[in-house]
Formats: sequence, C-alpha cells, structure tokens
Amino acid sequence: MNEPQRTAPLSVALGALATVRGAIISAAAIAFSGVGGGERFWLAIGVFAAAAVIGTGVAFVKWRRLTYTIGDQDIRVESGLLSRAARSVPYERIQDVSLEASLLPRIFGLVAVKFETGAGGGEDLALQYLTAAQGEALRRLVRERRDEEQAAPGAAHPGAATAPEEEGDVLYALTPGRLFTFGLFEFSLAVFAVLGGLLQYADNVTSIDIWDVDLWRRWLAEEGAAVANIGPYAQVLGAVAGLIGLAVIGVVTGVARTVLRDWGFILTRSARGFRRQRGLLTRTDVVMPAHRVQGLVIGTGLVRYRFGWQSLSFVSLAQDAEGESHVVAPFAKADEIARIAAAAGFRLPDASTTWHRASKRQRTDKILLDAAIFVIPTIAMAIFLPFGLFLIPIGLAVLGAGVNLYAWEFRRHAIDATYVYASHGFLSPTQAIATRLKLHSVEIWQGPLAQRRGYATVNLGLAGGQFAMHGVPIDEARSLRAAVLETIAATDYSRLDAPGAEGEDQALSAAQSGLSANFLAT
Amino acid sequence: MDHAPALDAAALPIAQEGELTKLHPNYAHALRVRTTLMAIPFLIAALVLELVNREEALIPSGIIAGSVLLIAILLILRIPARRYGARGYQMSADRLRVVRGLLFRSDTVVPFGRVQHIDVDQGPLERFFGIATLTLHTAGNHNASVALPGLGEELAREMRETIRAHIRRESL
Repeated sequence: MNEPQRTAPLSVALGALATVRGAIISAAAIAFSGVGGGERFWLAIGVFAAAAVIGTGVAFVKWRRLTYTIGDQDIRVESGLLSRAARSVPYERIQDVSLEASLLPRIFGLVAVKFETGAGGGEDLALQYLTAAQGEALRRLVRERRDEEQAAPGAAHPGAATAPEEEGDVLYALTPGRLFTFGLFEFSLAVFAVLGGLLQYADNVTSIDIWDVDLWRRWLAEEGAAVANIGPYAQVLGAVAGLIGLAVIGVVTGVARTVLRDWGFILTRSARGFRRQRGLLTRTDVVMPAHRVQGLVIGTGLVRYRFGWQSLSFVSLAQDAEGESHVVAPFAKADEIARIAAAAGFRLPDASTTWHRASKRQRTDKILLDAAIFVIPTIAMAIFLPFGLFLIPIGLAVLGAGVNLYAWEFRRHAIDATYVYASHGFLSPTQAIATRLKLHSVEIWQGPLAQRRGYATVNLGLAGGQFAMHGVPIDEARSLRAAVLETIAATDYSRLDAPGAEGEDQALSAAQSGLSANFLAT
Repeated sequence: MDHAPALDAAALPIAQEGELTKLHPNYAHALRVRTTLMAIPFLIAALVLELVNREEALIPSGIIAGSVLLIAILLILRIPARRYGARGYQMSADRLRVVRGLLFRSDTVVPFGRVQHIDVDQGPLERFFGIATLTLHTAGNHNASVALPGLGEELAREMRETIRAHIRRESL
C-alpha cells in the first residue's frame, strides 16, 4: 500500500459541477442584464459552456496530478500542475480523521477525508473525494498506525492495536422529537439577513434600487393610506398578525437550521475515543481520541436554561468547521452531560466542590464603571430635555448595578486535585472545566484598576480554547498559579498523550492529595 | 455552593514570589530609541500643521509643534525607564516567569515541560545594542508565544540551551 494513489475518479465530475454552479449565476446575470443587447443570451450560453469546459479540464488535471501515499510513518499528498507541493503528516500528529459528505458527493457515495493536526491556520490535510468505503478504511488504517507507533516504545497496549473497528456504546443521540424541541429554542431571524442579501443581489441585476428612499416612502404612503382606512381594530389585528408571522418565521428557520445540522446526531464511545455523526444533507463523521480532550465547556441559552437544557463541547486542538470546539451534546439534560463527561474522564463539579467567588472589590469596581457610562447622558438629558426624563438613565444605571450585583454570585472558580473550574453568566451560565495536567502556562493579568484594587484575571493556557478566571484576589491568584504549576511542571508535554497517561494522572492526583486537603481545609 | 473564604497563601507550597531579574541595561536604551522613532511621524505631522497654520494664522505659530515636541521629550525621557523598571524575569529549574506592563500588568509563568519550540530573535536595533528576544512557544491558545525581550545576546542563547536541555532530559 506504499505506492501513490489517486482519489476517486468521480471527483472530476464533482469538481466540474462546482465550477458550473458558479458559472450559472454569472451566466444568468449576463442574460438578464442589459449587456450585449439581443445577443446576450448567446453570450450567456457561451460563458456557461466555456465555464463547463474549463471547469472539467481543471478538475481533471487536478485529479490527475494529485496523489496520496500511505507510508509507514506518515501520509503524503503531492499536488500541483506546474509547481508541485508535497505535504507529509506523521501519523502520531494526526489529532483526528473526519469524514464529511455534503449532498452531491453523498449521492455518488463519496466522502471528503480530513486529517486534523491542530496546526494553526486551518492548513490541514484533506482528500476530496474518496469512496465511502475507502475513507472508512483509510481512517481505520491511520488509527492503527498511530496506535502502533505509540505502543511500540512502551509496549503498554497489548493486543489493542489489532482490535477491529468496534461500534461502541451510544452515549448520546438526538431523537427527531427532541431535535424538534431543540429547533424551537434555536429561534433565528437570520432568514431576514439572507433576504436582505437577495434583495441587494436583485438590486444589482434588476432595475429596482432598494436603497432608493423615495421608492419605499411611496410604497409606505400607499400602504399606510390603506392601513389607515381599515380602522383601529384591524390595525391592531394586523400588527399582532405581523408579530406572529415574525415569530413563525423565526421558529421555522430555527427548526430547519437545526434539523439540517444535527439530524441523526449520535455520539458513541469506543475503546479508542468518541465518534460523532450528524447532519441531514451534509453528513459529518468525526472521531476524537479521548486523551486529546483538553477540557469541557458546558453552555446554555437564556430560555432553554429555564427548562434544564444545556450543551456540552470538547475543547481539543481539532475543531469544527467554524473554528469552534467539537459539540458532543448540543441539547441535553444535566445527567446526560454528566455521563458524557465521565466517559471523557472528567468529573463535573458537585456539592463537594469548593467554589471561590470573585473579589468583592471587583464587583464594586464593575458596578461603578458600568454606572459611569450613564453619567454623561444623565447630565445632557437634565440640561436639554424636559424635566424628569433624566430619571431614565439613572434608572438604567440602578438596574445595571442590580444586574452586576446578582451576576457576581455566578462568577466563581474552583480548583481540586485534578481539575480547574470556572463559571460565569447569570442568565445563561457557562461552565469550563480543564485538566490541571494539560494546561500549558499561567498568566496573572491586571489592568490599571485591578492593580490598585488587588485582584487579577488568571489566564490558563489551554490547547484549543480559552480558560480564564476573572476577579480573583491577587494572593489567591498567586497560590492558584503555584498549585497549577506544580502539577504542570511534574510531567513533560511529550508524556501527556502517551499510553498510560491516565495511570500517571492518578499517581499525580495521589501525590497532590495532600495539597488539595490544604485547599479544602481553608 | 457555599462561599469559601479566600485561599490562604501560606497554606500552599512555593506560593512566595522570588525576586525578579532585571533585563540588560541596554534594553532601556533600545526602548528609548524605539520611542524616539515612533515620535518622529507625529513631529512631522505637527510641523506640517504648523506650516498650514502659518498661512491661515489661526493660532500663534509654534504652539502645535512646541507642545508635540514637549510631550515627545517627556515620553522619551520618562516612559522607557519606567517600562524597563516594570519588566523582569525569573528563571528557576523548571519554569520561566515573565513580568511586563505598566498599566496592564501581565505576569506569566511557562513551565519548560510545555515548551514546543524556542526562538531567539534580534532586530537591527537589538543587534546594535547587543541584546536579543527569547520567545517560548506553547500549545495553549492563550499565551501561545511568550516573548522575553531585552536579554543580553549571550544570555538569551544560554537560556535557550538550558531550556532545550531540560526538554530533552524530560522526554527521554
């Protein structure tokens, strides 16, 4: 299997189709614009045909010149017509292999195979497209090679490398019913942004100028006159109907987007890691090795939190398309989240967790700073507007102070023998959990005010994510740093991912237990 | 959810912060030169305004350029020295601590066991003053690279070797 191979020949057709799809819009634009007078339809067809021919040619040459080699230590991809580029990725650096099939490739039974290495800039390795079976085989192969490499020096994995692809236990799955509920909470008016974009486009290809104020004013005047004629009840009815319509559109958009993204969401746990499959039209299939999970983020939304729904993401070097952490449970109850977290080797904070609040001085400063924003409006309104109106900004300032006072209750952090915890947000609290051992640096950061008032932000270096504790009293911040550093410095980076790291982990927590006893005692 | 009292600093080991090592004295000079270079565009702009103003005669000539020059001189005399004073580092057996910032103070510790790679850089100005910048890269998103400027050239290389030796010893 060491000779160069090509991707699936059907990739040529797909590449050509992508070019043609791009050409349709420009061809249509030519056909419906004024360019070229009566000949313009021929021009449009010509452009379309040229795009199809060139697209197919380019796709063919690209396919012909792209080869991949599955070597003993690495996987290599060579590409390029005139300038050749060769990229080599060692197996042990591959964070995860994901299979992604958007609609068209899926019809043809093809997948895009993406190798994520965690290198910055998203410049990872991708093969477009392989047949689904080839993709699956390649993924298994990469995983086996990687395990062999890791097992070779320590020989700590007896027989594990030869285990067949097991299906694993289903940890979490979204049933259609729950998916629908999830969609209801994903209320979105993004469709109006899309409509705006379409209007803008219509503006370019048709003669209607949507930025022409007179046009709208005329339209409003006509409609407004009609509305004025139908009487007050009908007006109210119309307004209510409009709002309901807006709500319906928002809900439908939310449900549609959610269903498209998370249809058939299923998370399984096997001996090697977590596997997530989701998507209605574009189906993605991601495998995340358990030991690469650096931390957890538990998020929620304003409304869904009231109903007990939360989401769980894994922080790791590999990320989802938008550069976000891998969502492993988009919509789950607390006990389901606890189960997934336990499977990933994390302990969620519970009653025995000793939370520490942010400094009260930080709370005072935040309240004063936020209230200060309203000082100038208050003065301006008191001078220039009728008496009494200046009470509005004062009221807002008081409200802000109340909110800050309440939010402080939710800004907390904790540390135990193995993990660090941070939590903030009072309407929709977000919780972050990270393993002490897998942190990379500790920074104590203080702004001008914080320096004088004796509190700080503790920033912990987490691979693939952020972890910050805000408003920590400075002495506490220093002790926290000392404790975390003690854990980090004890193990070298190269041993973090090694087989048996879990064992070391436990040994470490045993060594640290005296320390944590101190913590709990204080 | 009980509210625990603040951690007792004395209850923890090595929570005490050691003395910071000062940077190379030439770093203060380099900072001063850099501040001067940064002030030049502002001075030129002020002179241009001054020329425009001379034709219009709106405000007495010399006010704009004079005040800009005064501010620049104050900044050049005062800020580099204070910034130099605020910076420092502390190197122990297995970690490097870098402290910097006047208004926004940052105090970072990087354990050698988490260093991915090490850079020693010298710009033209730094070469003239015989100093160098040591940069430690980690895999964390925050503090992905921690730079320690203003080390003596020799010292920067020595520190790099020390850290590298530590990494090799750990991973063997």
